[in-house]
Amino acid sequence: MDDQARLSVDGLEPPSGGGARRRAVQRRGRTYWTRSRKEALAAWLFILPDFVGLLIFVAVPMALSLSLGFFSVDGFGGYKFIGLANYNRMFHDPLFLESIEVTVVYVVCLVPGLYVTGLGLAMLVRQRIPWIGVWRSLFFMPYVVSLVVIALIWKVLLIDKIGFINQMLELVGFQGRSWLGDPKLALGAVLAVTIWFLMGYYMIIFLSGLQEIPREYYEAAKIDGANPWAMFTNITLPLLRPTSFFVILVSTVAAVSGSSAFDLIYVMTNGGPANSTSLAVFYIYEQAFKFNNYGYAAAMASSVVVILLAITVALFALTRGGRFHLG
Amino acid sequence: MDREKAPVFRVSRWMLVFSTATLAIITASPLVWMVSASFKQPNEIFNSSLLPNHPTLDNFRYVFTQLPFLRYILNTFFVAGTITVIALLFHSMAGYAFARLRFPGRETIFLIIFSTFLVSLQVIIVPLFILVQKMGMVNTYAGLIIPVTFNAFGIFLMRQFYLGIPPDLQEAAIIDGASYWGIYWNIMLPLSRPILSALAVFFFLVNWNAFIWPLTITTNQDLWMVQLAIASFQGQYSAAWNYIMAASVVVAMPTLVLFFLFQRQLVESIKTTGIK
Repeated sequence: MDDQARLSVDGLEPPSGGGARRRAVQRRGRTYWTRSRKEALAAWLFILPDFVGLLIFVAVPMALSLSLGFFSVDGFGGYKFIGLANYNRMFHDPLFLESIEVTVVYVVCLVPGLYVTGLGLAMLVRQRIPWIGVWRSLFFMPYVVSLVVIALIWKVLLIDKIGFINQMLELVGFQGRSWLGDPKLALGAVLAVTIWFLMGYYMIIFLSGLQEIPREYYEAAKIDGANPWAMFTNITLPLLRPTSFFVILVSTVAAVSGSSAFDLIYVMTNGGPANSTSLAVFYIYEQAFKFNNYGYAAAMASSVVVILLAITVALFALTRGGRFHLG
Repeated sequence: MDREKAPVFRVSRWMLVFSTATLAIITASPLVWMVSASFKQPNEIFNSSLLPNHPTLDNFRYVFTQLPFLRYILNTFFVAGTITVIALLFHSMAGYAFARLRFPGRETIFLIIFSTFLVSLQVIIVPLFILVQKMGMVNTYAGLIIPVTFNAFGIFLMRQFYLGIPPDLQEAAIIDGASYWGIYWNIMLPLSRPILSALAVFFFLVNWNAFIWPLTITTNQDLWMVQLAIASFQGQYSAAWNYIMAASVVVAMPTLVLFFLFQRQLVESIKTTGIK
C-alpha cells in the first residue's frame, strides 16, 4: 500500500511544472509515471485480486471444459486423448438425449411460469392496501430458505396417501396422487415448487420496474376512458420491456444451467422416477461424480455452454439488446 | 388514490385485500408447516392439524445431542462468514476501480468480467473440481471457501454504487494529497456502508444455503456444512420426518432471521440488479 501512497504523492505534481518538489525529483523515471499512468497502475492493483480469482476459478475451468471433452479421464487422474469419442457417445446416449428433452420441457414451462407469476404478484402487491409490506414479505419469504430445506418440506408434504397435499385433495373430493413417484407428475411437481420458490424474487424485480413507470400515464389513460386491460397492454407491458428482457434472460440462463434445480432435484427426486426429472446438468453431475466419467461429463457440459451462448446471443439479437444497458 | 371515491371500487378494494392476504398466507404456509412439524411427535406428523397436539422439544434435543450438528453449524458460519468478508473487500476494491479510476481497456475488461455472470457453478463444476483437486484443496476449508468467493455480481453492484458518488469527492482528496488506497479506504468504504450491508446479507445467505459445491468438495464429515448435513441426514433417517423437520428449522432459522432484520437491504440489492 505504501507504493500507492508514494505514487499518488507524485500525482500531485502539476503535469507541466517541473521540479518544485524535491522528493519527486529524486525519483528515477518521474516523467514516466504521469498521473494517468499512476492511476492505471492503482486501478490494476485494485482489480487484481478479483481478476486473478475469476481467471483461475471461472475462466480456466471454462477453457478446461471445452478441452477436457476430448480426453478420457480415469479415476487416478490419467488423461488419454480420444478425439471426438466423447462427443460421439453423447449423441448416442439415450439417457443424455432424454435429459436434454427434460431440460427443454423444464425451461419452456419455467420461464413463462416465472414471468406470469412474478409480474402478477408485482401487480398485486403494487396496490396500496393495508399491511402491504407484510404481504410482500410473505411472498418473498420462501426465496431466503435453502433449496435443500425447501426440497425436504415438499417431499413430506407430497408424500403418497398421507402427505398434507394428498389429504387436502381428498378432503375436497379429488383423488390423491403419487406426485413424486409417477414419472408423468414428478417434473410438474418440481416445476411447481421451483416457481413457488422463485416467484418472490421476480416479483421484487418486476415491482421495481413497475415503480419506474410514471403514474401520470395511467391517470391520462383513465381520463381517456381506458379500461384496466387496455392500460396493461398499452402502458405497462411496453414500458416494462427492459425489465421483461432482464427477467427472461436471467430466468432462461438459470433454468438451462439448473441453478435452482440441482439441489431441489438431488434431494426431492434424485433424478427419478424413471429419469423423468433428470435435467442435463443433473445427468452430467452424476456421470462425473458417481461414475467418474469426467471427460464425458465435460463434453456434455460444453454442449450446455454452447446452448447457453446461443440462447443469450439470440435473446440479445431478437430484442436488439432489449434496451438493456450496463451503465 | 382516486379509486376510493366510488363505493363500487371500495368493495373491489376489500376483495383485493382479501385475495392478496389469502394468497400470501398460502404462499408462506409450507414454512409454517415445517415449524409446526418440528414440534410434533412422530405419530402426529401426518395428521392434518396445523398445530401440534402435544408439542415437544425432543426433536431438537435429538438433533443437537445425537448428531454433531453444532459442528456443522460452526463450519457453515465460518465458511459463509469468511467468504462474505473476503468477497466484500475484493469486490468493493474492483468496483471502485471500475467506477472511479481511468485506465486503458476499462470498459472491455469490465464487460468480460460481467459476462462471467452468466457462467453458473453447475456448468463448470467438473473442470473446477479437477482444478481444485490438483491444487490439493479437496476436503479443506480453503477448498470450501476460495473457489466460490469470486463472482461478477458483487463487482457489478459495487461499481453501480460508486458510479453514483460524485467524482469531485475523489478530486478533492487527491488535491489534499490522499493516495488511491486512502481514498478507497477512508472515503469510499465508509460511504458504501448501505450497499456493503446489503451485499453482506446476500452473500451470507447464498453461502449458508450452498449445497452443490460443499457436496462436491468435501467427503470428510468434519467439514460438512449444514445443507449437506441435512441432505444426508434425510438419506439415513428417511422416515424420521420429525427429526428432519427439526433439523430443517435449525438450518432455515438464521436465514429467516436475517431476512426479517435486513429485509429492506436485501430487497434493495435485488432491485439494483433488475434496473437496467
